Amino acid sequence: MKKAGPLLKRTIPLMAGVAAAALLLTGCGGASVNQVAAAPAGASDAPCGAVSVAMNAWVGYTANAAVYSYVAKNQLGCTVVQKDLNEQISWQGFASGEVDVIMENWGHADLTKQYITDQKVAIDAGPTGNEGHIGWYVPPWMAEKYPDITDGKNLNKYASMFTTSESGGKGQILDGDPAFVTNDEALVKNLNLDYKVVFSGSEAALIQSFRTAEQNKTPLLGYFYEPQWFLSQIPLKKVSLPAWTEGCDADAEKVACDYPTYTLNKIISKKFADSGSPAAKLAKGFKWTNDDQNSVATDIQGGMSPEAAAKKWVDAHQETVTSWLK
Amino acid sequence: MTTLIRDQEKIQPASSPVKEPRRLPSRRTMLLVGAGVIWILGFLILHGTSTLTLPASELTDLHRSLNQFNAWVAANRADNPVFLYIFTPLRAVVDNVANLFITLFAASSTGLRLPEIGWLGTVGLLGWIAFAVGNVRVALLTVSVFTFFGIQGLFVEATYTFALVLTAVLLTLLIGIPLGILAGVSSRVATVITPVLDFMQTLPTFVYLAPLALIFLIGPASAVIATVIYAAPPVIRLTAHGIRSIPENTREASDSLGTTGLQRLLTLQLPMARRTVVMGINQSTMAALSMVTIAALIAAPGLGQVVVRALQSLDVGTAVNAGLSIVLLAIVLDRVTTAASRRAEPGAARNGRISRRNRYIVLGVTLGLALVMVQLSRSSLWAAAFPKDFNIGPAIVQAVSSASQWMQSNLSLFTVSLRESVTTGILNPFQSLLTDTPFYILVGVIALAAYALGGWKLAAVTTACLGVIIYLGLWSDSMVTLAGTLVATALVMVLGVVFGVAMGRSERVDQVLRPILDAGQTMPAFVYLVPFLGLFGATRFTAIIAGIIYAAPVAIKITADGIAAISPTVLEAAISSGSTPWQVITKVQLPMARKSLALAANQGLIYVLAMVVVGALVGAGGLGYDVVAGFVQSSLFGKGLAAGLAIVFLGILLDRMTQAAAATPLRKIAAAKTP
Repeated sequence: MKKAGPLLKRTIPLMAGVAAAALLLTGCGGASVNQVAAAPAGASDAPCGAVSVAMNAWVGYTANAAVYSYVAKNQLGCTVVQKDLNEQISWQGFASGEVDVIMENWGHADLTKQYITDQKVAIDAGPTGNEGHIGWYVPPWMAEKYPDITDGKNLNKYASMFTTSESGGKGQILDGDPAFVTNDEALVKNLNLDYKVVFSGSEAALIQSFRTAEQNKTPLLGYFYEPQWFLSQIPLKKVSLPAWTEGCDADAEKVACDYPTYTLNKIISKKFADSGSPAAKLAKGFKWTNDDQNSVATDIQGGMSPEAAAKKWVDAHQETVTSWLK
Repeated sequence: MTTLIRDQEKIQPASSPVKEPRRLPSRRTMLLVGAGVIWILGFLILHGTSTLTLPASELTDLHRSLNQFNAWVAANRADNPVFLYIFTPLRAVVDNVANLFITLFAASSTGLRLPEIGWLGTVGLLGWIAFAVGNVRVALLTVSVFTFFGIQGLFVEATYTFALVLTAVLLTLLIGIPLGILAGVSSRVATVITPVLDFMQTLPTFVYLAPLALIFLIGPASAVIATVIYAAPPVIRLTAHGIRSIPENTREASDSLGTTGLQRLLTLQLPMARRTVVMGINQSTMAALSMVTIAALIAAPGLGQVVVRALQSLDVGTAVNAGLSIVLLAIVLDRVTTAASRRAEPGAARNGRISRRNRYIVLGVTLGLALVMVQLSRSSLWAAAFPKDFNIGPAIVQAVSSASQWMQSNLSLFTVSLRESVTTGILNPFQSLLTDTPFYILVGVIALAAYALGGWKLAAVTTACLGVIIYLGLWSDSMVTLAGTLVATALVMVLGVVFGVAMGRSERVDQVLRPILDAGQTMPAFVYLVPFLGLFGATRFTAIIAGIIYAAPVAIKITADGIAAISPTVLEAAISSGSTPWQVITKVQLPMARKSLALAANQGLIYVLAMVVVGALVGAGGLGYDVVAGFVQSSLFGKGLAAGLAIVFLGILLDRMTQAAAATPLRKIAAAKTP
């Protein structure tokens, strides 16, 4: 027991010494590699600094973000920080300064109102040039064998074909990540469909399921979207639902119509936009086509790193890139 | 499966070695059988009515009002005084501390985003600290593991995670140790604080991620705060325990010398409780590491981000590579804090082989060496960023990916049929029994069973829990979760008995299995979800497997300890009277380890329940899905919050019921013993 006292006395100054040494070194020590390197970067034309890009979890998004990051890094000299975040969580980052750019936004009227109109922490940085479609799809073999399946009215007729152990005796509609934009559960209920929505958890799982279904000729009905590189490999067939009209999806619980056509856009933080950073200008200028996105996405999917895929596209489309920076 | 609970209860009294009056067990058995009969009849006759199903996209008024709270916070964050003077400054302080460590070890916000002390400096400094608080062995372990992070190509990610764990642990200790001392000194504080700690440990971590992100915004600050909430209970509990368990006569001796309360605390209680406190620090550190990984979902940088990304792209190789780093970091943190607790033991200094003076000299010299390494890191690039030439990360990723590809293509026939048979044969019927029975019948049946197991008090607690779940509007989802949890726990107990008996009977089996069990517990759940997702697809079955992997080690360890604790003379007596090994196991060892088995079942259940939300990431429905969806979809925020609370109440209900079931045959004796 007597030993305990001195032991305590010995350890505390020891720890204090460590902390002091560490602080001394970082605080008052000489210039580090960091600061030396910082000088020339700042000395060149417009200061860019760091850009935080939210990385949402689908390959099309990754393609947009990769090209943006590549150009910002290599042509503007910015430091790009990519953060893997869920779609709606990313928006919260505008207020905290964790996120500067969302590169592909699908609708989200509620978030637009909350963060752009009410809180004024974000601004719409214009369309990406991509047009988004969400819907229910079946593998091509099914559309060939059962031609009337692509009409949503006939879905109940085929419900028993789509049963799985997960769907509780009803037909299964396979959805992706719970974070994706979806009205599917309300649609099933309001269109009186004998189906159950089952979540696969990710885009990758969704694609894997469709691929297996086409290969093994097994039935599958699932949520999907374009622009999407996978559709060039296996052209899934869209199932038509009652057509979208203005306001038919205003109440999330009463939706009984198809998804609208989304003009995909970029959202950037207000603070970032006001900073005059060239990366903010690039974000506003960024605009390309569905084909462009699909070509980069296909390369990424084929095993190329997003950065390499972006480089390949940028090298081939230098003129477009220059027009973004004007 | 309907007879799951009943059967166990019928058998247990018969196999109990304690002779009880015959009437009590038979009355209980009758009540339980009666409850089962009512349940089956209710299910058959009233099938599908009053099931309180709420479609996943629909909300109750309660959920809507929670949503409004969400909107209110978002709208008032800028000018409400509570935010202005409490939350925002708190966030700023935590953010600054976190950034200090991030800048130090992972990436500064200036220039090349290199850390202030580079990889070489980090390795040197941390190695020296490990040596100073522990010994040479843990120092070498620290140095080699941190170097290995670089070779894996994950040095920056690993140091981000390390920096956040460090911040969280420091804050945890700052809050936890004083609270623990208070709870240890005053029994009134202890009674107030214990239920709060229980609640903190049952509430699934996901549940408070969403409100925390709402209040403190996403980023390292919220991640650290979430981690502190998760990691604080162990150190509070253990500090209080350490102080309270000081022998009474030692305390009296000190009191008789006329020490004041504060003197007693500083000179007697704290020094004597030191070892327990350091054990608490160890537990809190491990908890912090597991939480920092999950906090990747609210933009905590580090290894967690790599794993989350891998989960989304089903990339087994990358997940395993990052998972390996997490496990190694866990091993380092565990070994260093354990070594520190050994050193903290009273009298440890005497046992050292080198004298104190020599040790100081060695410490001084090695500190100089570490500082030289730090200086090198600050001045030259090769020591600041880990050289890319030594990167074997891609090779690991490649190897694991092809192995998992091979497994998927060769085992898929087996895995799919296993999944289908378990799902359609056990899970679906059992789930429908729970979800299709009218809720009032099920409430009655559970209350009756609770009465049989633990009397009026337990019946009242159970009914209250079920009432809250109904009020939360999530009855049906809770029953889906309950079904999955019970099936997983049943499988956990099968594993627990098989491997626990094997380990308890043989020292060698124990030595082989224990490290595997430790790995199962330290590996973050996210990591092993990925390969199972590949093998079984996104289904409830995959979620059950994840729960089993997390819970089985605990059940196996508890069972093994129970079996090993049986006195050898009893076994020898059984063997000498001619029992076969099988008879020894079934007639002697299992009945005598009954209490351990019950404890294993109880812990298994709680652990499985803790995994419910993570399981939802790979296809489990029920409450877990509600929590995840509430986290990622702002329109479902309120429902997610309600689902989190429902999990807590389900946990309380299951915990009380299993504890009562375990204690009943000995209830009178036990009740007399505990105050």
